[in-house]
Amino acid sequence: MRQVIELRDVHKSFGTTKIIHGVNLAIGAGERHAIIGPNGAGKSTLYNLISGRFPLSAGQVLLNGEDITGLKPHEINRRGLSRSFQVTNIFHNLSVYENIRCGVLWSAGCGYSFWHRVGGLAEVRRRAEQTMERIGLARRRDVLAGTLTYAEQRALEIGITIAGGASVVLLDEPTAGMSRTETAQAIELVRQVTEGKTLVMVEHDMGVVFGLADRISVLVYGEVIATGTPEEIRANPAVQEAYLGALHKETAHA
Amino acid sequence: MRYQPLNLGRWVLWSATAIVFVVAPLMFTESFALTLLIQMGTMIIFALSYNMLLGQGGMLSFGHAVYSGLGAYITVHALNLVGKGAFYIPVPLLPLVGGLAGLVFGVLFGYVTTRRAGTTFAMISLGIGEMVYACVLMFPGFFGGEAGISTNRVVGQPYLGLSFGPAIQVYYLVALWCFVCIAAMFALTQTPLGRMANAVRDNPERAEFVGYNTQHVRFLQLALSAFFAGVAGGLSCINFEIVSAENVSAIRSGGVLLATFIGGVPFFFGPILGAVVFIFFVVALSGFTKAWLLYLGLFFLVMVLYAPGGIASLLLMQIPVIRARRFGELAAPYVAAFAAALLALAGLIGIVEMVYRLSEQGARTELALLGFAFDARDLAPWIAFGAILAAGLAALRRATRWLGARWSSIQQDLLARQP
Repeated sequence: MRQVIELRDVHKSFGTTKIIHGVNLAIGAGERHAIIGPNGAGKSTLYNLISGRFPLSAGQVLLNGEDITGLKPHEINRRGLSRSFQVTNIFHNLSVYENIRCGVLWSAGCGYSFWHRVGGLAEVRRRAEQTMERIGLARRRDVLAGTLTYAEQRALEIGITIAGGASVVLLDEPTAGMSRTETAQAIELVRQVTEGKTLVMVEHDMGVVFGLADRISVLVYGEVIATGTPEEIRANPAVQEAYLGALHKETAHA
Repeated sequence: MRYQPLNLGRWVLWSATAIVFVVAPLMFTESFALTLLIQMGTMIIFALSYNMLLGQGGMLSFGHAVYSGLGAYITVHALNLVGKGAFYIPVPLLPLVGGLAGLVFGVLFGYVTTRRAGTTFAMISLGIGEMVYACVLMFPGFFGGEAGISTNRVVGQPYLGLSFGPAIQVYYLVALWCFVCIAAMFALTQTPLGRMANAVRDNPERAEFVGYNTQHVRFLQLALSAFFAGVAGGLSCINFEIVSAENVSAIRSGGVLLATFIGGVPFFFGPILGAVVFIFFVVALSGFTKAWLLYLGLFFLVMVLYAPGGIASLLLMQIPVIRARRFGELAAPYVAAFAAALLALAGLIGIVEMVYRLSEQGARTELALLGFAFDARDLAPWIAFGAILAAGLAALRRATRWLGARWSSIQQDLLARQP
């Protein structure tokens, strides 16, 4: 299978604190890959390294075989990788439609144009409206994003991420802070909108992870201790010891 | 073709704007009014160009006069060269020279300033403003030092009877440029760059992750804004026939910030209102009283504290109330608040004017307000104006409470009606 994302011996330290040490990871085209791990394992940091938000301390990141190490976030996005954020990161003072449209503009080839009227760009409008339809916010088109409900903002977060039609989508805890029903809806949304794309997802909800992912990587203290299919991960004693066991204990206590 | 009900309203609005520009000098025929109108037109372009940075791009600049001022300097040299017959540019097109000069300096300085947003941007813009001001004084050969460079806008033969000598011709030149620039700057807000400038203002990080280089967005926005600032500079050069160091000074940069904020940063048309009010303060009020800057400062302070969205937000707030046909309920408290504010203002003006007369060496201390003659050295007027101010403030407090109560009950009803 063709490798879409490849991490080669990636390291990241903040000052003297080592957050990621020596992560190797390969994710194939069309794969739904989940990254799990206890709090503080470095999952979000790993995302920030892949998407260019933070520079790497050492190692290499490849996207579709090309080295993207050290590129700026917008450069990585233009190469077809789009990400969402764990803490909702939207344009609060713009309407839902405008939020989505911001996600569409670059990929529709508008660039920094100041000679096109944005309302007259039929392709941009069509794609933005289609995306709003898909995330179920079409009725909220002209509402300011800052006034949406939390679940709606999370859906918008995913909408902005997929609006540009990126082939690789990184979602950082799309169900964070959601109720059971909201989570189920959000996961259905994720399943639909990432059809035919490569999906990487950080998720805490084990039910979700094992239901959705083709393969799972377990990140513990900045290292990938196991990668495999859901069955392999479930059966892996190291994972049970390091992570699932701890989690089971937590749930048992709760 | 989609049915766009907005289009009709838009046509009406733009036509009305054009009509105001045409009719304004016919309504106010004194030469002083014309001076005022010309400067308002220039200031409108300048303030709108400033809001391309502050309102639309989230860039707080303390050095915007650099672009209008340098645009004015280049225009004054171009005009002098045209006068000497070195080359020919028709006078109506000279603001374009100013605009291009503004653009060039916008590209030059913008490359440095827009590398960062937020406070850093503000600080660098302040630094560049001071640097340019110092340079202008350092090279009197080109910039004319403190005295500046003067010119004569009447060059060559009149074309179609237009020599641009009479002020009314200058007015229509400014009005035409003003209208075109308003339309152009509005059009820019509707382009991909204009929309992404809003996005970068709101959330620069996310803008990066949808494929946009925020630095590049800010840079282009600033360069375009500097173009329009340069046009405003060119027009002021034609109007005043002199350009001096004051044109690039921090005072001008501060002035445009004041005007824009008073008008309303969040709205496209806000700076238009702000420019009109600002020029009224600077030009009209300064003819009446030496304390005009104090009044402007107080007005600015009141706006920042009580109406951070500017005059435009105060006007737009009324629209839903008018739509719901509830404005009648507010009329009485509005009138009361207005009357109370006038009363307080009268007391304040009396005291401020007396302070100014007393503080000034050798000034006459007798003055007259609204037909009342008094002497600032007497105690009685101080007590009287103090009492008027106190009564006005007390009345204003009651009136605003009354207004606030009615306002919030209307707002609650409006909210309750929403689905």
